[in-house]
Amino acid sequence: MSGPILEVRDLRVDYGGIKALRGISLEVPEGEVVALIGANGAGKTTTLRAISKMLRPVTGTIRFRGEDVTRLASHQLVARGMAHGPEGRGIFLNLTVSENLRLGAYLRRDLAGIQADAEKAYALFPILAERRSQVSGTLSGGEQQMLAVARALMSRPRLLLLDEPSLGLAPQVVERIFAVLRDVSATGVSLLLVEQNAHKALQLAHRGYVLETGQIVMTGTGRELLASPEVRKAYLGE
Amino acid sequence: MTEFLQHLVNGLSVGTIYALVALGYTMVYGVLKLINFAHGDVYMVGAFAGYYLSELVGVRPPWADPPPGAGEVFVKATIVTMGAMIICGLLGYVIERFAYRPLRHRARLTALITAIGVSFLLEFGFQLSPLVHTPIEFPPGPSPRVFPALLERVGYEWAGVSLSNYDIIGLLVALGLMLGLQFIVYRTRFGTAMRAVSFDSEVAGLMGIPVNRIISWTFILGSALAAAAAVISAVSRPRIEPLFGLMAGLKAFVAAVLGGIGSVPGAMVGGLVLGLAEEYVAGYTDSSYRDAIAFTVLILVLLIRPAGLFGRFTVEKV
Repeated sequence: MSGPILEVRDLRVDYGGIKALRGISLEVPEGEVVALIGANGAGKTTTLRAISKMLRPVTGTIRFRGEDVTRLASHQLVARGMAHGPEGRGIFLNLTVSENLRLGAYLRRDLAGIQADAEKAYALFPILAERRSQVSGTLSGGEQQMLAVARALMSRPRLLLLDEPSLGLAPQVVERIFAVLRDVSATGVSLLLVEQNAHKALQLAHRGYVLETGQIVMTGTGRELLASPEVRKAYLGE
Repeated sequence: MTEFLQHLVNGLSVGTIYALVALGYTMVYGVLKLINFAHGDVYMVGAFAGYYLSELVGVRPPWADPPPGAGEVFVKATIVTMGAMIICGLLGYVIERFAYRPLRHRARLTALITAIGVSFLLEFGFQLSPLVHTPIEFPPGPSPRVFPALLERVGYEWAGVSLSNYDIIGLLVALGLMLGLQFIVYRTRFGTAMRAVSFDSEVAGLMGIPVNRIISWTFILGSALAAAAAVISAVSRPRIEPLFGLMAGLKAFVAAVLGGIGSVPGAMVGGLVLGLAEEYVAGYTDSSYRDAIAFTVLILVLLIRPAGLFGRFTVEKV
């Protein structure tokens, strides 16, 4: 095993004086799935946004594939192999399904490869193929989520950050999305997953971190956390 | 009927100018949610850039002896127009880079006030007495100047309707530019990126889109279109002075709001509708109402349909 693909040290974020992250350190080992769980407002989304530079004021260090990327902008991280499916799916509702997909591959120049990957995405989610020339604003929430996952894969990332891929979706759609994530992980892509569905996330994850008020309060393998009484009580509704 | 057609010709010729300038407002608003109040003054700079370039390339009037040949006229008019577009493109780039970008993450009002500041800087900077005399007198100072005749005016009359080659060429160039822009925005990778930035610039960055570069190019394109509009307009209405971008800018802004600010086709339609409305109302009632039309239209749009003709209404799905 090589070193971790993502290494975050002492990440701090302030929102106008409010400490949203109070020194987060975490690692995503190459090829593994890491889940970030915690209550609303614990800082899960903020952690992802700080890693992918949707947020500016950041102290701490972020190393990606061995390189210090703390000072880089979002688009430079994409060029290095990071993709982020943000909170709220981030679909460009004014663009068509196929335009959205192609934007996922914005930095790629291999037109044939992009076309092949788009076809792969359509095979993964056939409903998107039917709607490829529709404006994305007409998609249902579940379809938008599928598009968000498919689009994030279009850059052929080495690391995929995903924020609440199951939020507000019907159980079959959630199953479908998690099945795709399992397959993606099997191809060697590392995943950092934020989920309110802690059960599903920890089942998929090799490792999990529990966030509370901007701090990591517990960490362990997915199995360990699923078995932990505190986690069961606080996040699995038992 | 003749009168109706005559107003149609005049209205289209003014409307395309408004449309070209409105495109700059709407594109910048699209990517930054900023009303770039300096845009009308970029239009003014475009006219002066054309004026100075004409001096530099030695445009000779049609009544010179010997008169310039068709080839010379075409080459020089092209250099003047393209040159003005490039100069204004650079100006737009500089304005965004040094005035707006440092304030990008501040309150939106800060950028708006800065835009007004840039506008004053251009208007009053250009009214200073010349500091440089060769090869051009710059700044031009407050008194009006006469834009040179880039080509000879040839008038036509058809069923009582008079129009000139200025109207026809202006219309064709403007339509060509608008079609070109439409192609860029809806058919190219850059255009898709621009529409993505306009919808959500943070997420656009996550796609690998260099957001700052897209914003720079948006200013460059919008400002270049304003320069083209200024040259086309100055050829038929040659009186130019440092404050004449004010009214043109305001009217183009109204055209952009009428079309639905942020919408590229909206700006084109808004410009044409406003030009025609002005021409018909002024023509059939009293021409002193001309400048009031734009503001009446603005008030009506804001009252009846604030999102404009092509305004975007989005519904968030859960």
